Amino acid sequence: MKSNGVIRELLRNRTLLLMFLPVATLLFLFNYLPLAGLVIAFKDFDFAKGIFGSDWMDPLLNNFDYLFSSSTAFRAMRNTILLNALFITVGLLFEVGFALLLNEIRNKYFKRVTQSLTFLPFFISWIVVGVFAYNLMNFESGAINRLLETIGMQPIDFYSEAGLWPLILTIAVRWKVTGYGTIIYLAALTSIDNSYYEAASIDGATRWQQIRYISIPMLRPTIIILTLLAVGRIMNADFGMFYAMVGDASLLFPTTDVIDTFVYRSLRKSGDIGMASAAGFLQSIIAFVLIIGSNYAARKIDKDSAIF
Amino acid sequence: MVAKKFSISQFIIIVAISLFSLSCLFPFIMVISGSLSTEKDIMDYGYTLWPKSITFDSYRILFLGSNRIFDAYGVSLFVTVVGTVLSLFVTSMGAYVMARRSFKYRNILSIYVIVTMLFNGGLVPWYIICVRYLDLKDTLWALILPMLANAFNMFLIRNFMLSIPEDMNESAKMDGAGDFKIFYRLIMPLSLPVLATVGLFVALSYWNDWFLGLMFVDKQELQPLQLLLRTLISNVEFLKSSSNASAMQRISAQIPSESIKMALTVVTIGPIIFLYPFVQRFFVKGLMVGAVKG
Repeated sequence: MKSNGVIRELLRNRTLLLMFLPVATLLFLFNYLPLAGLVIAFKDFDFAKGIFGSDWMDPLLNNFDYLFSSSTAFRAMRNTILLNALFITVGLLFEVGFALLLNEIRNKYFKRVTQSLTFLPFFISWIVVGVFAYNLMNFESGAINRLLETIGMQPIDFYSEAGLWPLILTIAVRWKVTGYGTIIYLAALTSIDNSYYEAASIDGATRWQQIRYISIPMLRPTIIILTLLAVGRIMNADFGMFYAMVGDASLLFPTTDVIDTFVYRSLRKSGDIGMASAAGFLQSIIAFVLIIGSNYAARKIDKDSAIF
Repeated sequence: MVAKKFSISQFIIIVAISLFSLSCLFPFIMVISGSLSTEKDIMDYGYTLWPKSITFDSYRILFLGSNRIFDAYGVSLFVTVVGTVLSLFVTSMGAYVMARRSFKYRNILSIYVIVTMLFNGGLVPWYIICVRYLDLKDTLWALILPMLANAFNMFLIRNFMLSIPEDMNESAKMDGAGDFKIFYRLIMPLSLPVLATVGLFVALSYWNDWFLGLMFVDKQELQPLQLLLRTLISNVEFLKSSSNASAMQRISAQIPSESIKMALTVVTIGPIIFLYPFVQRFFVKGLMVGAVKG
């Protein structure tokens, strides 16, 4: 009897199952239930009736019609993808570049100190980064505007210049996570067998040629996989960064409002749950397809680095 | 690779790295300097790397000013300690089950965990589940529970545990130890390196978290430190409503706003800056392990 065997096996391992129970419960409550809750997007949500008790929307796709007719929602989707694409591209250049530069340093002490310094920003919250940004950019006492005044230029009101913010946010991300992102590339670089470089220098290759023809090709799998995984998350903006850096500065929304901040505002500020859930539903579905796709691609390149 | 004594490119590289490293440090110095400056100096000279004249007024006002700072510190500390301990215990216990080769159905459990990394219900259903069904609004648990189980950390720990020979489990079993005892007395101590790294990551994310507070906590006395900082940045006025307002007036006729914000920022990042030199290498080591293992 096969089913008997299953039950016996489970009974035999009941302690193990019991040990898995707490984490299983938590994941069920905070990850699986919200998945079922995605149906809200098709419902006329009423807090008193709950997710499953609320009436279906009539017509069923009403929330989506509403969403698609909103130019704000479209803007949020566009900003999410464009900004993330920008962050991924610049991030890749900076992290690989910085790892290659650090790898050229022979002085161990210098290397360790600079690595510690650049890793430091990773440890603080975006709220604090928001304070730092404010110190640099606020109109009255910001360090940048003071500097501009000293050299006789007009101060810039950063918090009303939407056009500057893709650049400002890119700099902020780079400042915060370059040190962190570099570590993985640096690990890959130090694991390259020294004999490659020795052979190359015997053949008369310059240091630059060694980087071009040994280091970068050796980094390629890591680069491709990390980039693929980042592309898989392109629909998900870092809410913390946008909320802490931009906050309620609605003048900046044309370039900085992303899906996550849009959904947050619809949910918590305007209470428009229909719109918020429709946008969230769309985000979840697209993100799912992208994650599966990018993982599949990553798996093809290197079996060990895909999530599944 | 015999390095030459001096080369231009080597020099340029050192300058570039130094500049970037210093730029990572400057904002921290600027905040500390701002917190020690007088309000007038900030107004006159802006934020500088070195205060024109040093005063501790902003710290004094901050600590006199309101119990909210102490409350918030207490909340953040409690959430970080309890959250980290619980999270480590629960996730490593789950990871151990996934790592037991003799357990036939461990892969089904792994899939159960992996699914949470792939599918995401998004903010709206998550929020409604937490508020309407789990009743987490305005509770301390709202700041702890949603982040407790983390699939990524579980796999990090499981991968480490897989490198411990299965024979150890078997021989402990022969000696009459139960599964939980094996985990608690044998596997957990052996997994200390990975638990230290994951524990630090978890502690850091609890200390730095304000998102859960933003979503679930409206009650002032339950706000974590990071959220209070955010509130203060947009509004210093609340200090004036405190019971110590008259004592604050004595220190400074006008309650300074800019330097107080800086002082609270310093207080918020203080523990991290203080611990950073000691814990940094654990992070790096943990990331290296993660990078090699994939």
